[in-house]
Amino acid sequence: MIEFNQVVKRYGKVTALDGVTVTFPKGKIIGLFGPNGAGKSTSLKMIAGLSRPQSGTVVVDGKNPQEVKDKIAYLPEIDYLYPWMTVKKAADFVKTFYSDWDDDKYKELLAFLNLGEDMKINKISKGQRAKVKLLLATSRKAPYLLLDEPLSGIDILTREEIINTLIRDYREGEQTIIISTHEIAEVENLVEEVIFIARGRILLKQNAEELRLNEGKSLTEMMKELFRDAN
Amino acid sequence: MDFDSGRPIYMQIIEDFKKRMIRGELTKGDKIPSQREYAQSAHINPNTVQRAYREMEYMGLVETIRGQGTFVSVSDETIVKLKKEMVERLVVDFISDMKELGFTFKEIEEMIKEMLEKGGFFNDRV
Repeated sequence: MIEFNQVVKRYGKVTALDGVTVTFPKGKIIGLFGPNGAGKSTSLKMIAGLSRPQSGTVVVDGKNPQEVKDKIAYLPEIDYLYPWMTVKKAADFVKTFYSDWDDDKYKELLAFLNLGEDMKINKISKGQRAKVKLLLATSRKAPYLLLDEPLSGIDILTREEIINTLIRDYREGEQTIIISTHEIAEVENLVEEVIFIARGRILLKQNAEELRLNEGKSLTEMMKELFRDAN
Repeated sequence: MDFDSGRPIYMQIIEDFKKRMIRGELTKGDKIPSQREYAQSAHINPNTVQRAYREMEYMGLVETIRGQGTFVSVSDETIVKLKKEMVERLVVDFISDMKELGFTFKEIEEMIKEMLEKGGFFNDRV
């Protein structure tokens, strides 16, 4: 379980998180939805232990995120792969940092995603780079998988491949996946729990099926409504 | 199948299976996809599929045999009941829509008769 308690983060004059208190339950696929600049990436970075709150606390399984880095696999939005690396080099690089690296899973995913070990990062397409990032994050057996905008700017077929991979390998009950995105339609039926965030504040957190039952609306419609009111 | 994102997905999965059972596409003993297969092919959360399968088991529509898979176990009586439920709902929805448009029962009845006599949009005459 991940708990945010009154978390504040400012970058200069910009407030990224404005007193966020929220719980990410364990064992579920959770959507963290909000427009650009809502505080999604900042939240994920804090869970990954890459950013600290100015006030308030972020706790992962009762501990400081920096102490449980081995429990968290993080797919950042930015292109962090070195352009001169091959897929194999990049995998070897990640492997040295994490003891939960699963070589069998890596080999299997490599084939499933139609990637080759000798592919060079600066020679492949944007969609292929997105798949390499996914490959590196999901070849670990980490109980928490954080995906920051895993589908943005990627063609529809590659999106489907990514979603398929997530569903295929998802370990119900034991693995927690948090997907941050501003494009909800694609993951509408994939997430079990939704958290809407805007301007550094949590607007709503609910079970997706309950929301559909109670409101009779899709998550995309809910987001539009919530963010219209928030502005 | 395409899901309506404004309604609970697990309910739509159940409805889809019910329809296929009513139409006779799925009959007793037929194997249905595993939960994982279903989730993957329909791009939906595995827990949502699990919930739908669990409810269908509870309703006696399917049964899961350990190590073998999930099979249709619906009885003929249940099929008759499902058909009746579905028809009732369609008729109730139709009538309430028509009432909302301001038609009386008498008018609705006449329109249906007229439609059926003409053949309407249907190829098979009733």
